[in-house]
Amino acid sequence: MSRITRRAFAASSAAVAAVAAFGFRPALAQAYPARPVTVIVPWGAGGGTDATARIVAALLEKDLGQPFNVVNRTGGSGVVGHTAIASAPPDGYTIGMLTVEISMMHWQGLTELAPKSYTPLALMNEDPPGIQVSSTSPYKTVKELADAIKAAPVGKFKASGTGQGGIWHLALVGWMQAMGLPANQVAWVPSNGAAPAMQDLAAGGLDLTTCSVPEARAIIEAGKARSLAIMAPARNPVFPNVPTLKEAMAIDYSTGAWRGIAGPKGLPADVAAKLTASLKKVYESKEYKEFMSNRGFGVVWGDGAQFAAFMDKGDAAMGVAMKAAGLSKA
Amino acid sequence: MLNTLMEAFALISTWEVIIALLAASVYGLVIGSLPGLSATMATALLVPVTFYLSPIAAIATIVAASTMAIFSGDIPGALLRIPGTPASAAYADEAYAMTRKGEAELALGAGVWFSAVGGIAGTLSLMILAPPLAEVALSFSTFEYFWLAFLGLMCATLVARSSPVKAIAAMFIGLLVACVGIENPGGVPRFTFGFTDLFGGIEPIPALVGVFAVAQVMRAMLTPEPPPIPKRKFGSIMAGQWKLTRKYNVQMTRGNIIGIIIGVLPGAGADMAAWVSYAMSKRFSKEPEKFGTGHVEGLVEAGASNNASIASGWVPSLLFGIPGDTIAAIAIGVLYMKGLNPGPTLFTEKASSMYAIYLMFIIANLLMIPLGIVMIRLASHVLRAPRSSIMPVIMLCCAVGSFAIGNNMFGVVTVATFGIIGYVMEANGYPVAAMVLGVVMGTMVEQAFVTSLIKSDGSILPFFERPISAILAALAIGAVIWPVVLWLWQRLKRKSPAATPAG
Repeated sequence: MSRITRRAFAASSAAVAAVAAFGFRPALAQAYPARPVTVIVPWGAGGGTDATARIVAALLEKDLGQPFNVVNRTGGSGVVGHTAIASAPPDGYTIGMLTVEISMMHWQGLTELAPKSYTPLALMNEDPPGIQVSSTSPYKTVKELADAIKAAPVGKFKASGTGQGGIWHLALVGWMQAMGLPANQVAWVPSNGAAPAMQDLAAGGLDLTTCSVPEARAIIEAGKARSLAIMAPARNPVFPNVPTLKEAMAIDYSTGAWRGIAGPKGLPADVAAKLTASLKKVYESKEYKEFMSNRGFGVVWGDGAQFAAFMDKGDAAMGVAMKAAGLSKA
Repeated sequence: MLNTLMEAFALISTWEVIIALLAASVYGLVIGSLPGLSATMATALLVPVTFYLSPIAAIATIVAASTMAIFSGDIPGALLRIPGTPASAAYADEAYAMTRKGEAELALGAGVWFSAVGGIAGTLSLMILAPPLAEVALSFSTFEYFWLAFLGLMCATLVARSSPVKAIAAMFIGLLVACVGIENPGGVPRFTFGFTDLFGGIEPIPALVGVFAVAQVMRAMLTPEPPPIPKRKFGSIMAGQWKLTRKYNVQMTRGNIIGIIIGVLPGAGADMAAWVSYAMSKRFSKEPEKFGTGHVEGLVEAGASNNASIASGWVPSLLFGIPGDTIAAIAIGVLYMKGLNPGPTLFTEKASSMYAIYLMFIIANLLMIPLGIVMIRLASHVLRAPRSSIMPVIMLCCAVGSFAIGNNMFGVVTVATFGIIGYVMEANGYPVAAMVLGVVMGTMVEQAFVTSLIKSDGSILPFFERPISAILAALAIGAVIWPVVLWLWQRLKRKSPAATPAG
């Protein structure tokens, strides 16, 4: 019995090897993609990044005719997944979704990886930070809140929205600096993401949160919190009543959490061009636009070169902000 | 109201929904019952599938799979002493002791019956009490969470059969494990030794699988086969459950209530519900000395509790988009993807969809009884199979499951390491369940403590000032002092017969 099994095993492994060998060789000659593509997501199943990656993957699959399988490589505040994307073979069969953390983590000395470790393919989305207070808070406008913060001693006001040194922490620091205040004027309370922070805001444990408005949406709609402003160049069409910081206070400060698709460094130019062209179609599709606006996510497009320039600019700005906040080790 | 209910019935009585519900139920039962694969993983693996389903069918799969998987985690716990989920870890020893006594049917029957009762109680709380329960959730700030997590940790000493000192030591090992990684309030890497994989820290599931399943296989390799359980027909599973329901009516209700309350608190979830309920059951039992020897009382209360928490965990998810546990976090993602955005409008504008979700919870819990019985009957064959053929299969499940957690070898190495740790701990009388509890609660205790101190500018007064916080603090401190009092009392008692050696 064991003999047959062993023989069958040998035969099947030979078959697999043959398929791999023959399947691979024409792949180089054949038009890309000739076999399924893996899309690595550095965040967990069910989250916003995961959902965005899945809709993009489904639409890529429709356009390019090969399966695009989403694989979640979570942990370490995104370090693990971003490392997996960068260290994959640059053949176009492993790509991934980059998030804003890639322009922040290397300043903190958590990884060597930086935007230049990848072949950027397309920028797909950007969400600006909002400024939320509890519905019982006395501050009705962002101006009132800002005046109270200015008048208060350093560290009296407490804010949250993500972990220490996360994007919403940096947004708060940037806002304080734009007002000419020290980076630690408002104390940062680290949290495991926006949802627990919004809960603590409603429970009376915090004065404000600086997560994005879509993340705060359910609690705002429940009447437990309100959004005073967003740190963006223009209003979000899904939340038209929330003014921008520039409108409300004449402070021209904007930042955001973004998501884009990239491959490992050194992706062949023809493969990258094909993927970018397909991603452009995805971006313009009705399905993508509908999905993103339903969740209140902002859509932004940038092709490979634009995405690279966008990341470089963001990376430098993050470096300045993180040094000011005392979070940088570089 | 009646109209909405009719609409909800129409929504779920399509072939797509019925097939999705049935298929996901069987899937959840199988995944939950395999050692090494967890309820969270069962749900996460469904996400790509839900992409191709209608909204109601998509939610049906999540509801059914998570409900079934939490129950069926009890099956390997009872039959092999390998809990399928952290929620089952609290009472795995107890259920296994019952199996050794030849009461496997009673233990597993209690699992399926009281899980179903708990699930339905939780659903009713979701239907009737969602708004007031949501208020409870929103009155918990980090101060309250700190005491809650502290209380959860103290359960380790209440539950343990070994000396409380060893239980606390095991719990501290768990807390140390929870320190690994950068997901701490400071965002600073700790004990990572430059390995990228360690940045993510040690998840409770690989630790659980290692210390229970792998350690069990190692023990099996070194110890002679235990005397076989007398061969006999596997008796009726449901017989005697009604008697238990009447006998332990109070325990069941208390389990349901505790489960509902803990489930509603985001971040606490089914794991803590099971631990707290099992500890309470022992603490308030008329016969606490029977606990750990194969006594069904704790199973009734904890089983009723963890399944009640699953349904009530949806309250903050549906109303505020705040996940009650990891499964609810995945469910929220699916809700958003299907255009059923969480928020109060879901209860008003999309009331029929909401009722459809309630109905699916009730159907899933009812379906659990017949499907669970079939599953238990099939699984009971492992009691008769030779150990030399069971153990390799368990090893394989552990390897596959741990690989699937992060899609890399790191999970496998973690599980193997914890297998060795678990083996050494057990061999020296340290309860591994207490260590798992430490890993589960560690992050929450630290996060709540540090962020509370940041908020209060370093003052510890707010931990006692807020009303709910003060009550929880009193309970927690009581739980610390209790074992000391007990120890002193036992010492005095031991001394007095020593003085008068009567016999």
